[in-house]
Amino acid sequence: MSPITNVSRRGFLKGLVGAGALVLGAYYLPKALRHHGFPPGGTDADRATLHPNAFVGIDTDGTVYIVAHRSEMGTVIRTTLPMVVADELDADWKRIKIDQAIGDPRYGDQNTDGSHSVRSFFDVMRRAGATARSMLILAAAQEWGVPPAECQTDMHTVAHPSTGRRLSYGELASAASKLPVPSSGIRLKTPDQWRYIGKGMTSYDLTGLCTGRAIYGEDVRVDVMVYASIEHPPVLGGKVKSVDDGEALKVAGVHQTVPIDPFKPPPAFQPLGGIAVIADNTWAAFQGRKKLKIEWDNGPNATYDSEQYKKELQTTARKPGKVVRNEGDAESVLSKGGSVFEADYYVPLLAHASMEPMVATAEFKDGKLTAWAPTQNPQAAQAIIAQELGIAKENVICHVTLLGGGFGRKSKPDYVAEAAVLSKKVGRPVKVVWTREDDIKFDYFNAVAAMNMKAAVDPRGKPTAWLQRSVFPPITSTFDINAVYGDPGHLQQGWTDVPYDIPNLRVENGPAPAHVRIGWLRSVANIYHAFAVQTFTDELAHRAGRDPLEYLLELIGQPRTLNFSGVDYPNYGADLRTYPWETGRLRQVTEIVAEKSDWGKRKFGKGSGIGIAAHRSFLTYVAAAVEVEVSDQGDIKIPRVDYAVDAGLVANPEVTRAQFEGAAVFGTSVARSGEITAKNGVIEQSNFDTYPVARINEAPYQTNVYLVDSDAPPAGVGEPGVPPFIPALCNAIFVATGKRIRELPLSRTSLGKNS
Amino acid sequence: MIQLKVNGVAHSFEGDPEMPLLWYLRDILGLTGTKFGCGIALCGACTVHKNGEALRSCITPMSSLAGAEIRTIEDIAANGLHPVQKMWMQLNVPQCGYCQSGQIMQAIALLKDKPKPTDKDIDEGMAANICRCGTYQRIRAAIKAASEESV
Repeated sequence: MSPITNVSRRGFLKGLVGAGALVLGAYYLPKALRHHGFPPGGTDADRATLHPNAFVGIDTDGTVYIVAHRSEMGTVIRTTLPMVVADELDADWKRIKIDQAIGDPRYGDQNTDGSHSVRSFFDVMRRAGATARSMLILAAAQEWGVPPAECQTDMHTVAHPSTGRRLSYGELASAASKLPVPSSGIRLKTPDQWRYIGKGMTSYDLTGLCTGRAIYGEDVRVDVMVYASIEHPPVLGGKVKSVDDGEALKVAGVHQTVPIDPFKPPPAFQPLGGIAVIADNTWAAFQGRKKLKIEWDNGPNATYDSEQYKKELQTTARKPGKVVRNEGDAESVLSKGGSVFEADYYVPLLAHASMEPMVATAEFKDGKLTAWAPTQNPQAAQAIIAQELGIAKENVICHVTLLGGGFGRKSKPDYVAEAAVLSKKVGRPVKVVWTREDDIKFDYFNAVAAMNMKAAVDPRGKPTAWLQRSVFPPITSTFDINAVYGDPGHLQQGWTDVPYDIPNLRVENGPAPAHVRIGWLRSVANIYHAFAVQTFTDELAHRAGRDPLEYLLELIGQPRTLNFSGVDYPNYGADLRTYPWETGRLRQVTEIVAEKSDWGKRKFGKGSGIGIAAHRSFLTYVAAAVEVEVSDQGDIKIPRVDYAVDAGLVANPEVTRAQFEGAAVFGTSVARSGEITAKNGVIEQSNFDTYPVARINEAPYQTNVYLVDSDAPPAGVGEPGVPPFIPALCNAIFVATGKRIRELPLSRTSLGKNS
Repeated sequence: MIQLKVNGVAHSFEGDPEMPLLWYLRDILGLTGTKFGCGIALCGACTVHKNGEALRSCITPMSSLAGAEIRTIEDIAANGLHPVQKMWMQLNVPQCGYCQSGQIMQAIALLKDKPKPTDKDIDEGMAANICRCGTYQRIRAAIKAASEESV
């Protein structure tokens, strides 16, 4: 569902600002807005007296129920989208109750991934609220016998200003519920009438989050449930050859062990297989599991060695690959020689390591499955559970708890399917609890990637030809055993859309088979693509003796709209007319961040440095300036980060700033120590000792976020802060130490003075 | 049998003496505010107070807790929000919030030791608590604000 279609960005704005209230036709309404029934697993909004659509309900006591259909993992989306509904409803936020939706296609897409919740549902939420408001106005007008046009709403009431009469939403709910739900002619507020949008709202769950009362997947408790801990095959695709559970069953509290079938390739969201230990409590399940004696058939991935694989990727990256964008004739310019510069970059596999490890609870009863899970993707959980249990999707109810972090991992509901399979086998509700070690070893990793960059430059150092080649095992390999090339959805992420004004530009991608499950992780392929492009740019600037900022701006060039004819460029699923790729906006954020960071005005070198990088991802333009201090021993401190962000209309600014603060920390973790390796097919990392993430003393001390006051439609904010941060940090390290980082993580490079 | 107090209430425990306090709190008492993050005292999500000091409940066996007074996040706001919680809310510290029980318990213990913590004190006092969402900047600010509040 893409509510904003076929409207140019400026046109979108004109509709809102120029022509007063936007009137929308019925054809825009998604199914959920026309829903009338009381479905099983329905929400309080469904049960409320006035319930014009699936997202909103109003009771006679004035309580307004708003459904959050996207998952809450810290982006505050569970608050922001209901806030948009409340604004168009002109409702008092204090009288709002938020219902978390179960997985149900009537809400449209629920996969809370890809930084598109506000982008895709901003208009839907506005219409959901405005529909209810128009019905309340009509009910009041009929009660008073006046034309609806003479009535207006004011904070949970409808007023007739000329007579001073007022009726509250609660008083009107019953009468309004008898009116037909309007399918057209719904008037939306003009932006100057917004109460909450653009001003923002703190998390609806804030008190619970600060008092231990918020309920995450880990906290679900169901009557008579048992706990399960699963010994997964250590190598992807491995199978149990034999198992001796004698000692495990002797552990106090352990009930039984249960085998789970290995997946049939490709893995997708199927359980990995293995042996589950079922017990009275989590600890007993963990203890019992340690006593299992399992012999594994590790299968073909047992030869996977990440060091060897790295060499293979780097070799492939230096060879011609599949051409995914080509302008001019970069190859012939480069082959003429002259001033040609070439560099290789490398980013390893990365794990998500959300603070809450994978966990899910499920109850199979009377042919139906109910799950409670911290999932970013409840409809996918329904689908895989239905497939695993051989029941209809409609017989799977998936409740969504709060998520203790997600970062893309919890879009893949393999762990929810495990709980479902086990509940059916055990005949009781089962809670599957992954350990941190399970979480890190059995992740869907962000792809390892090798990039080869080549440029021919003119006497001023400006590229006349640019060739970039990347190789990474694609995410599609998780769903298709034959997939080895990057798909357009991930090649678009900072690769096919390299925005530089260079006449001869060639973009290629080479093949790489996967030996582990590859998946989305916060900003995904943008991480390695931005690292290569933005570091290489900085290298070229320094080689030419030019200021990196001025050089970067020259490469971005004058404001223009990128033309993707001949390129398979999905633009994050958005129409290029609504969300064109405008280099002027990238330029603008770069200039802003330079100004805010006092670029060029402060002295660096000899252990301190500043670096800059700019990148568009998830339709948002971001520039980062990162300051670093490197001690003689090579320890890094990041005193300050400045971000300039053009994310279009920002519905919840404070929350957006927090997302960028967090992105800088996430980027710090990737840069400092993010690395998953494998030997004999087994992941070598297991917990925060071997897969460290940034701590308070390692994280940036101060991150400043400048949001551009933009009139463009809303774009992503959860992920776009990560990609430019990492090259900006590495570019700063070059200034501080003279050491060029072409390979992550930094722990692989000695940054000390005498090394 | 191990006797201890949790949030002022006396309990006796007869299960596996090696069971860490974390699982006793979560699975047996149903006090789920204390979180499981790593299981080996690397992340601090499981932090509670024992006799007023911060303790990693995930590696603390029940056998070591005879006579102990344990306090969990659930009890901190029993008589209204603690100044640390107030500042956490005022500065919108949490994102996903999963680590914040542990962060708050650790911050309260830190402020007890160092009522006016410097940046270095905060680094040292809070470095064992991981926040994967990256709320450290706000955690630091909230600790400083709480320290001023309680003057």
